Amino acid sequence: MIEVRNLIKRFPHRGKDGKQTEKTAVDGISFSVKKGEIFGLLGPNGAGKTTTIRMMTMQTRPTAGEILYEGLSTREEPQRVKELLGIVPQHINFDQDLTVGENMELHARLYHMGALERKKRIAELLDYVELSDVVNDGVRRLSGGMKRRLLIMRALIHHPRILFLDEPTVALDPQVRRRIWDMVQSLAKGGVTVFLTTHYIEEAEALCDRVAILAKGRLLDLDTPANLREKTNLPSLEEVFLQMTEKQSAAKAI
Amino acid sequence: MQQKLFDIGTVFWRDWVVLKRRLAKFLVSRMVAPLLYLVAFGWGLGRSISVDGGSYLDFIVPGILALNSMNISFNSITPVHAERVYHKSLEEYVSAPIWPDAFVIGKLLAALLRALLSSAIICALAFAFGARLTLSPLFLLVLALNCIIFAEIGFVAAMKINTFEEMGQVNTYILLPMSFLCGTFFHTAALPSLVRLIIDALPLTHTSYLLRALGSGQEASALSLFVLFFYCLVLYAFCVRFFRRLSD
Ligand SMILES: Nc1ncnc2c1ncn2[C@@H]1O[C@H](COP(=O)(O)OP(=O)(O)OP(=O)(O)O)[C@@H](O)[C@H]1O
Ligand SMILES: [Mg+2]
Repeated sequence: MIEVRNLIKRFPHRGKDGKQTEKTAVDGISFSVKKGEIFGLLGPNGAGKTTTIRMMTMQTRPTAGEILYEGLSTREEPQRVKELLGIVPQHINFDQDLTVGENMELHARLYHMGALERKKRIAELLDYVELSDVVNDGVRRLSGGMKRRLLIMRALIHHPRILFLDEPTVALDPQVRRRIWDMVQSLAKGGVTVFLTTHYIEEAEALCDRVAILAKGRLLDLDTPANLREKTNLPSLEEVFLQMTEKQSAAKAI
Repeated sequence: MQQKLFDIGTVFWRDWVVLKRRLAKFLVSRMVAPLLYLVAFGWGLGRSISVDGGSYLDFIVPGILALNSMNISFNSITPVHAERVYHKSLEEYVSAPIWPDAFVIGKLLAALLRALLSSAIICALAFAFGARLTLSPLFLLVLALNCIIFAEIGFVAAMKINTFEEMGQVNTYILLPMSFLCGTFFHTAALPSLVRLIIDALPLTHTSYLLRALGSGQEASALSLFVLFFYCLVLYAFCVRFFRRLSD
């Protein structure tokens, strides 16, 4: 169970007039995610999705608000919470001086895995995304899609209970994308909670039990894809998304 | 406690993997600058000079050790800057359940290893040139403290500086002048008193004098030792603080 209460993030920001001000990236959002749920966070560019994930994964401190994982607060028990989380960031962040295998091993060591367990798990995951052949190549040499696949596998090494995926299937070919979808679904069946962002609405529709729609740092709605369609009387989630986010920017313009 | 050591080991392991791959290249490249110093100042220029009744070569070997260990340990840490700003690979450490100090300690130890390896090369070269130098445990301790201090300065720079250009400027405006002025090639007594006031407060000056005294079998100055420990501890506190602030 994840509980997010009144989460706010403001960044220092230089305005058009050159004066130092603040910019609100996330503006007081609250929601909860159930164990084993696949939860989607949708929103246009700059809505605050990545910032929300970065706060939830303790890479950046919230300006205000609270995040609880099974009752553990990120503020009070950072170490214990970190053990539970797996993170697939939006950007590639490998150690460029290490090989594919070494990057995976570094991760396993950072999560306190023993030598035997590390080896077995890494081999198994590389095999799953057909990267076993490049285990001794430098990460710089991988293609864009191969890097993405590796990024996702790295987050799974230590068997996280909660998996964060920030636009995980960008740059993946259709086969691999389906494969990642299958994997996400089977992880969720096994009790892993999945929190994902995506710009592919059909991906959210196919995977997510519930989706939250975020725009300009605020939650516009949160429901199952079916309920959202029904409420708005629109045929697809994509239409719902477009209508909601358009309405919001129209409201701002007036 | 065991887990903290494991975490330090992880961070050190990463740097060791990288160093191991380039070890031969690293060692050879580390011979160039000291060799030039020894030839130019010790052997060429130094034959006609004597300092404190000894040879100039004996005088500058401790200075070269001090400035070289400073440069190597500082520059061993600077890749952390690119990892933070450009590759973003420090995020892995920030989001992992490790003891945050372990990152700092692991990086410092890896820099220490590189600097000590290159110091060993200099000692070997110096002996080959016929320099006299007494190595003692205290001598090694002073050398190690110097390495840690400048690795810490490199770490602080890597955490706080945002562009590659400014990172290079630290080398040009801080390390390079110190290399020449901090009692490495000549006594600081030769400097104007105002300049000397500043130079005498810098850690490298104390390292030069300590290494020179210990290397010729004399007593170490307790004050200089205290100064080095002081720098080492204060800078450590800054390293830890700035690393923890990465997640602000
Ligand atoms: N480190 C930062 N400093 C200042 N502003 C930031 C920082 N990170 C994000 N922002 C701002 O916060 C807002 C939200 O950014 P965020 O990256 O969370 O959006 P997003 O929903 O993930 O967008 P995208 O779909 O493009 O990935 C943006 O206006 C962005 O400029
Ligand atoms: Mg984003």
